[in-house]
Amino acid sequence: MTGAPLAATPGQTIGPFFGDALPYDGGEHLVPSDHPDAVRLTGRVLDGDGEPVPDALLEIWQADGLGRLARHPGSLRRDGHTFTGWGRAATDGTGRYGFTTVPPGPTVEGRPPFIAMTVFARGLLDRLFTRVYLPGREDYAADPLLAALPENRRHTLIAVPQDSGLCFDLRLQGEDETVFLSYRERSR
Amino acid sequence: MVERSATAGVGTASSDAAAATQAEISAEMATQAEISAEMAAIERDSRPDEPQPRLAYPPYRSSILRHPTMAPHRVDPEAVELLAPVFGDRDVDPLDADLTVQHDGQPIGERIVVTGRVLDGDGRPVAGQLVEIWQANAAGRYRHQRDQHAAPLDPNFTGTGRCLTGPDGGYRFTTIKPGPYPWLNHHNAWRPAHLHFSLFGTAFTQRLITQLYFPGDPLFALDPIYRSITDQRARDRLVAAYDHDVTRHQWCTGYRWDIVLTGTGRTWTEQGAHP
Repeated sequence: MTGAPLAATPGQTIGPFFGDALPYDGGEHLVPSDHPDAVRLTGRVLDGDGEPVPDALLEIWQADGLGRLARHPGSLRRDGHTFTGWGRAATDGTGRYGFTTVPPGPTVEGRPPFIAMTVFARGLLDRLFTRVYLPGREDYAADPLLAALPENRRHTLIAVPQDSGLCFDLRLQGEDETVFLSYRERSR
Repeated sequence: MVERSATAGVGTASSDAAAATQAEISAEMATQAEISAEMAAIERDSRPDEPQPRLAYPPYRSSILRHPTMAPHRVDPEAVELLAPVFGDRDVDPLDADLTVQHDGQPIGERIVVTGRVLDGDGRPVAGQLVEIWQANAAGRYRHQRDQHAAPLDPNFTGTGRCLTGPDGGYRFTTIKPGPYPWLNHHNAWRPAHLHFSLFGTAFTQRLITQLYFPGDPLFALDPIYRSITDQRARDRLVAAYDHDVTRHQWCTGYRWDIVLTGTGRTWTEQGAHP
């Protein structure tokens, strides 16, 4: 298709009152807790003072354990066995969130897999995108994003093993500010 | 300060935590004149073509500690980011699109239909995708427990809805027109009436949450959330149009609002991605 692209509709903050509309039962469980490969991904959302953000909403989108991208509906009303690859969780009063999922497999051969994440919050005027890479991989250098980041920021995108799960904190501002992303568009 | 008053004794633990944080930012509440002067100064220095809100926008006090200070890192989206989650009839009941039939009685207020299309940057319809909305009632009160505005709750109105777009990207909600409401950003601060909209595209990169406003709202000039978009043409993209062809005889008034998501998922999917 040719012609000038349409101007995008601007974003606006999610505000404080999304709690009755967006979170839903089962949103944080991409797989049931008793799934053999289930892993708990938890963390906190913190502001520029290091204070917890108790009114944030996170969404994740990822491949399954074999690197396959799901094309199945049912994320809002899960059937207990279909992996849809998408989940949503609000932070609690201490700024903590949690998902139950499986570690994604690689979608691009030779590159480390990651979970794509979107961040919304009161006070945040537009959504933020980031990536959650799995810990302990030896192929980080093959990833164009991780390779391009300065050493002192790369770690903000790599989850940390914790108990039997993964910990990924989001720092919206300040020291160790999480790397957030914008996506390049292919020229038309 | 929190966005709305968390009156003593009724705030939750989370709203108390937020209140403490915000209290440190602004020891005393600014006047509307001060906020308006801040907004005008920012606009004088802004470029004419900023298409999105500024994340760092001090007149919106809650943004001060919640915006990244580093520029976003620009990346080529990878396979997972070039697709979006799939939603279907399993996820959404057709009745979810009518916010006036969720209870035994009719909600109080001006019944409206809001309809339009969801498009990508090339004008292609985003079909079969999830749209979610939430809003205050006609008195300007949310059902949310943190909303302590001294306006009545409506037992016949929850204020949340969902639908899937049609083959042409079309969506349609029946609801009531929300009222404006006060918040504690500054003294005598009022938000223009709005509907919150949550949208998905064909790619993860197109995810959008935004707000629909109604034409001619006298609060536009005073509102730091609306004015965090410094370009008037970009702000205008958030304002629905009254459409008499949507208005129905003896039943409701109608508004039309099209939503354009960033980018064009298909070009990437064809050339850039996986298998």
